Amino acid sequence: MEAVLLTLFVIALVALFVSVPLRPGAKSREKRIEDPERAELEARKEAKYRQIRDAELDREQGKLSKGDWAQADAELRREAIEILRAIDALEERR
Amino acid sequence: MSNFSIDFGLACLIGALVAFAFGAGAGIYGGVKADRRWVDSARRAVYAAAALLIVCVVTLEAAFLRSDFSLALVADHSSTTTPTLYKMTALWGSQGGSLLLWAFVLSIASSGVLFATRHKHREVVPWATAVLCGLGLFFCGLMLLAGGANPFERMSPVPAEGLGLNPLLRHPAMAIHPPMLYSGYVLFSIPFAFAIGALIARRLDASWIRSTRRFALLAWIFLSVGILLGAGWSYVELGWGGYWGWDPVENASLMPWLVGTAFLHSIMVQERRGMLKVWNVSLICATFALALLGTFLVRSGILQSIHAFGESTVGTPLLVLIAVVLGGSTALIVSRLSYLRAERRVESMASREAVFLVNNVLLVGLAVIVFWGTFFPLISEAITGERSTLAGPWFDRYVTPLAILLVLFTGIGPLLAWRKISAGRALRLFGPPTAFAGVVLVALLLFTESASEPGALVMFTCAAFAFAGLVGEFVRGASAQRALTGGAWPVSLGRVVVRNRRRYGGYIVHTGIILAFVSIAASSSFQDSDDVRMLPGDSTNVGDYELTYVQPTAFRDLEEQRLTFGSIVEVRRDGELVETLTPSRNYYSSSSAGTVRSFFEGEATSEVGRSGGAGEDFWTAMRPDLTEPAIDELITTSDREIDRLLIPEELPDPSTPGGQAEMRQIAEARSVAQGQIITELQERFEDGQIPVDFRINVNPLVIWIWIGGAIAVIGGLIAAWPTPPARRRRVSDVYAARLAKDLNRA
Repeated sequence: MEAVLLTLFVIALVALFVSVPLRPGAKSREKRIEDPERAELEARKEAKYRQIRDAELDREQGKLSKGDWAQADAELRREAIEILRAIDALEERR
Repeated sequence: MSNFSIDFGLACLIGALVAFAFGAGAGIYGGVKADRRWVDSARRAVYAAAALLIVCVVTLEAAFLRSDFSLALVADHSSTTTPTLYKMTALWGSQGGSLLLWAFVLSIASSGVLFATRHKHREVVPWATAVLCGLGLFFCGLMLLAGGANPFERMSPVPAEGLGLNPLLRHPAMAIHPPMLYSGYVLFSIPFAFAIGALIARRLDASWIRSTRRFALLAWIFLSVGILLGAGWSYVELGWGGYWGWDPVENASLMPWLVGTAFLHSIMVQERRGMLKVWNVSLICATFALALLGTFLVRSGILQSIHAFGESTVGTPLLVLIAVVLGGSTALIVSRLSYLRAERRVESMASREAVFLVNNVLLVGLAVIVFWGTFFPLISEAITGERSTLAGPWFDRYVTPLAILLVLFTGIGPLLAWRKISAGRALRLFGPPTAFAGVVLVALLLFTESASEPGALVMFTCAAFAFAGLVGEFVRGASAQRALTGGAWPVSLGRVVVRNRRRYGGYIVHTGIILAFVSIAASSSFQDSDDVRMLPGDSTNVGDYELTYVQPTAFRDLEEQRLTFGSIVEVRRDGELVETLTPSRNYYSSSSAGTVRSFFEGEATSEVGRSGGAGEDFWTAMRPDLTEPAIDELITTSDREIDRLLIPEELPDPSTPGGQAEMRQIAEARSVAQGQIITELQERFEDGQIPVDFRINVNPLVIWIWIGGAIAVIGGLIAAWPTPPARRRRVSDVYAARLAKDLNRA
């Protein structure tokens, strides 16, 4: 009997804790959550920055010639700018 | 108090099950309805489950520490004489305890990742939460519903003494090996859950990888540590002379490690080049399924293994879960193929991504070989009706060529740039490592006997190439940093590593792995080994060493019910005494059989004698030959005589108080009589009447397996270490400013 009461008590505590966001008047966190589109763009931006850094490191280490690096760097920067523009456009839309 | 704490622990376990069940439902509902409130509620359910499972673990640990034998788990896996460290670690020596460990680590890791992503991945997190809760529900359900898996099961009547921990587990490495291995297995569930979430939500860009990459890396680190500790335990405790025997349970931990390593490499290609999306989700699903398979193999007892400590009650449910994971993820991947198209193609085979692809194929190929070899007994039984096993030489034949290629490509990858590299630059970069490998090859051929082992010779040469390539990377990186900021070499090297943790952390991992591969090749190809039967005073030669069996020793530990037959051996090299070693064999009283013979047929452990350094390791283990006719006859006659004298023709009725007392008297009398026989055996051994079988190995470079492994783990930690947010922001701002400048110009 004691064991059953204890189990019910623990389940009641769990119910109390997990139901907080479901109670009427609970504060919505919706606005604080990152927009998935924005998250995707941020991930792409970070990856692009990493690629730019990698290319620089590869040039410094002699794996890319100055010409190859300039071409790759310009392309990567163009793509990065496109991502930044997309982020700006998304911000403006919101 | 004891009853209350057990009841409370069980209530918490049931509470965790309810929390996981609610979390799974709330996650799915929140995902379907896009209702954040339900997703938040599901996340809270995971936190609640984690808190309750902490209480469960603490309750059980307290029960072990105070030897509360009213719990079956405590009575079956510890005793009042079990040392405190092993009392604390006995929890995961049992089926229920190891399942609790699974659920506990899962709940903690899930809480961590869900807290870190509470403001991110709106569409993916609900499904990932549901998957994680589903897994938690499965393991809690297994504990409560599968027979013999409930860690809070009671004993009635309560025994006065516990059975003690399995002697094989009484080793420091085994105290931390299972939690390391399980943490590795469990942490792979995080990227798996997010991959499933991304597939369901059709959000298959690299953002789910970005949030879970660190968990995958931590899983890899834990699994690596677990494998290294397991190999170390095998080397010093099992007494067969090796660190890896291609045992099913060893293989079970290697398979997710191999596929997980492939995943960690291929996600870099997706992050940077938008390629290999199908491959990545497939790899993480396979890795997680293999992690479950590892748990299944340890716990099901389906394949015979020296490491399988479990019974078979949870085998079928685990197999069903593996089938659900494989079937469900395959169906999801197939249904989302149109979302998984690569954004680019490999531009050149002379590029880092192309080499990553080759390394991936090699790693997965190795996993396939290990899988086939591990499950061949079951496959052969299904086809022919007879169970056949594939032994070490079969694995060596197929694994060695792939391992050599893996080391070679580990050296090639870092030398190449992403996208492509010109032929001239490639030649310049490949020159020094190729020359170094050539010099090493010539030196090996001229000054060593490596030519007799072509596989090892090729491995050493490829490793020299890879090692020189990696050293070159560090030198070039530090030079470039020094050219920019000046300062001393070590400072520049430190700076370049800190600024590029992922890249240089990875290179450190590669360095460690190469060291480990070289030592595996050396220790397995150039081992000197001998099995010799000796009596006190005998000597034998192995390699450059002479071993003399000086004196037998014997010791009885009544508290631990252990009999130790040991030996004092002297090891000489060129006539000079190198070391005096004391290998021994421990025998533990088996409570089930109750005969003198059972003492020697139950669990036994070896304490090996070792002397060595960086160059080679002298290793010896001993086993007294108790099948010697005179000894065998003594044991057989004694057991027969004890039975004849002490067991009455009609056994007393144990259900009556008088019968119980009589049974106790018989047991005590048997124990005294058996003790006398054991003492006689002990004396005969000390007199040198029992011959001893010694296994003696001289293993070159073996210690470097663990040194290399430790370097790899340190490299993994460097790669996983978070970049400080301030620095990340500053770098981003710098690039943003430069890019904005370009934008204005355009």
